[in-house]
Amino acid sequence: MVEKATTIQEFVEAPPRVSEWRRFGRVFFQRKLVVFGLVVLSILIISAIFAPWLAPYDPYRGDLSDSLVQPSGKYLLGTDIQGRDTLSRLIYGSRTALLVGFVTTITATILGIVLGLVAGYFGGITNMVIMRAMDALMGFPMLLLALLIAAVLGSGIQNVIIALSVATLPGYARVMHGLTLSVRENDYVLAERAMGSSNMRTMVGHILPNTLPPMIVLVTLQLGSIILAEAGLSFLGIGIRPPGAAWGSMVNDGYRFLVTNPVLSFAPGLAIMLVVFAFNMVGDGLRDALDPRLRGIL
Amino acid sequence: MTTYIIRRLILGIFILIIVTLIVFFAMRLLPGDPLVIFMGQQASSGSMSAEQMESLRHEYGLDKPVMMQYFNWLGGLLRGNLGTSIYYHEDVGKLLANRFPITLHLGVLAFIIANVLGILLGLLAGIRRGTWIDTVSTTLANIGITIPVFWLGILMIYTLGLKLRWIIPFLGYTSPFDDFGMNTKQIIMPVICLAITGLAFTARQMRSAMLEVIRQDYIRTAWSKGLKERVIIIRHALKNSLIPVITLMGIGLGMVFGGAVLVETVFAIPGIGRLLVTSIFAQDYVVIQSGTLVIAFIIILSNLLVDISYGWLDPRIRYG
Repeated sequence: MVEKATTIQEFVEAPPRVSEWRRFGRVFFQRKLVVFGLVVLSILIISAIFAPWLAPYDPYRGDLSDSLVQPSGKYLLGTDIQGRDTLSRLIYGSRTALLVGFVTTITATILGIVLGLVAGYFGGITNMVIMRAMDALMGFPMLLLALLIAAVLGSGIQNVIIALSVATLPGYARVMHGLTLSVRENDYVLAERAMGSSNMRTMVGHILPNTLPPMIVLVTLQLGSIILAEAGLSFLGIGIRPPGAAWGSMVNDGYRFLVTNPVLSFAPGLAIMLVVFAFNMVGDGLRDALDPRLRGIL
Repeated sequence: MTTYIIRRLILGIFILIIVTLIVFFAMRLLPGDPLVIFMGQQASSGSMSAEQMESLRHEYGLDKPVMMQYFNWLGGLLRGNLGTSIYYHEDVGKLLANRFPITLHLGVLAFIIANVLGILLGLLAGIRRGTWIDTVSTTLANIGITIPVFWLGILMIYTLGLKLRWIIPFLGYTSPFDDFGMNTKQIIMPVICLAITGLAFTARQMRSAMLEVIRQDYIRTAWSKGLKERVIIIRHALKNSLIPVITLMGIGLGMVFGGAVLVETVFAIPGIGRLLVTSIFAQDYVVIQSGTLVIAFIIILSNLLVDISYGWLDPRIRYG
């Protein structure tokens, strides 16, 4: 009788099964700033997709008789020297920021993962060549390297993407290299090798999946700094050709009219800051939810 | 320790060689005639005759094989000959020497401020977790990481310069040896802009390193021995929590040079960053090549120093 009660007791005390997704969601949505970041990013994505419907005016061709108008009911954020509506250009600028941010991230991440994985897995001379080349690339400040490449390739959005991809690539490769080195030492990798798996199968099937959570976090955290670097390049006038709208070049264009129309450079700068902040917050949230051990490392 | 330093030095030299290869071949990988690229519009507009082109080609050594060109260029670099600027018609070495001290002046000040304040803020935030100082420090770090430095510069010019008229003049650069007061006024805002990113990263890193360290057993032992908090933090916790921060210093130096390009543009400061931007628009590849190379050299050398001090601070790395 007593024995039976004990078994029931044990059964009741067993921890309830919590779905991984629910646990992820609970940690992720816990912090208000993460939610704020998500809201900002949603607005950004919506405005990028629906720009033609959201923008009240043509972002590329302005009404010259409405040049440098102060913010008013007609133009919520005023107009620039060519009479173009600042708000409309801001909305179209979100396309540039997102396009450069995402395409650069995807390119650099894939290349970085491949290089880091191969270097870490094979070791030896392969490792030496790849990682020292990455060290050499890291010897340049990110913005300067991007500047050098953009100078060589000329302006244009695809060249900005190439430049920023090369400039951010070593960071991903280095983190991936470190992760591969540590995952490679696990017993299940040894077991896989003992069963005669090919190198490719071991790398892609067993090492790669276990490095993904920290890589996802790094990618999100890096997105902000890529957008910041793109803004820097276009502020310097390298990057998106006129009349294309990029927030960085809008800040620079507005700088000349700082005394009379400060909103021209204040508004796009604030947009850059909000978006970078949002990406960082979402990255922090992902890090805490996916792998709390990473706190402070990434 | 000596073998560790020697190993690091050899590695450093190896990386420097790769850097020269990258910079050199970045210019050569381009499709088209390097002379046309070198000479920019002059050559492409057809204002030069074929003989002129040929003699220039010979003068720049572009008629030789690529590897020969590379070694000639490298040889010139080692002898301190960085070439002649196409746009400024000046020796690039001299050009860099004129502008470098300006960037260095701003950069070193910013670097010191970023690290001292960053370490202090991060330390206080770490040991006083959850208090107002933690909130202030974390908020400041978040702003510093996200704000575009060029925009911060413009905001400061607008508020401090144009509206409040506290700091006037705010553009340009005067040598501190000519007019110290003027110089101080001119560099306040650029230095803040250059320092903010590094400060934010350092503070954040320091805070999390501190949180990590003060949980360790040896800190608990120090507490139970009855040591004062000041002694525990300064003598026991600080050294270990500084290790990740020192790694960040190498990156921080890169950020200062990267930021200099933007900040010098905003504040019209004739430093090396401004020179590079001007050269890019003037298509002066000689200056771009040498300028980026010099900056990369400095960063790699300082990373070497970081690595060595790292091995000194943490013996596990030396033998690992």
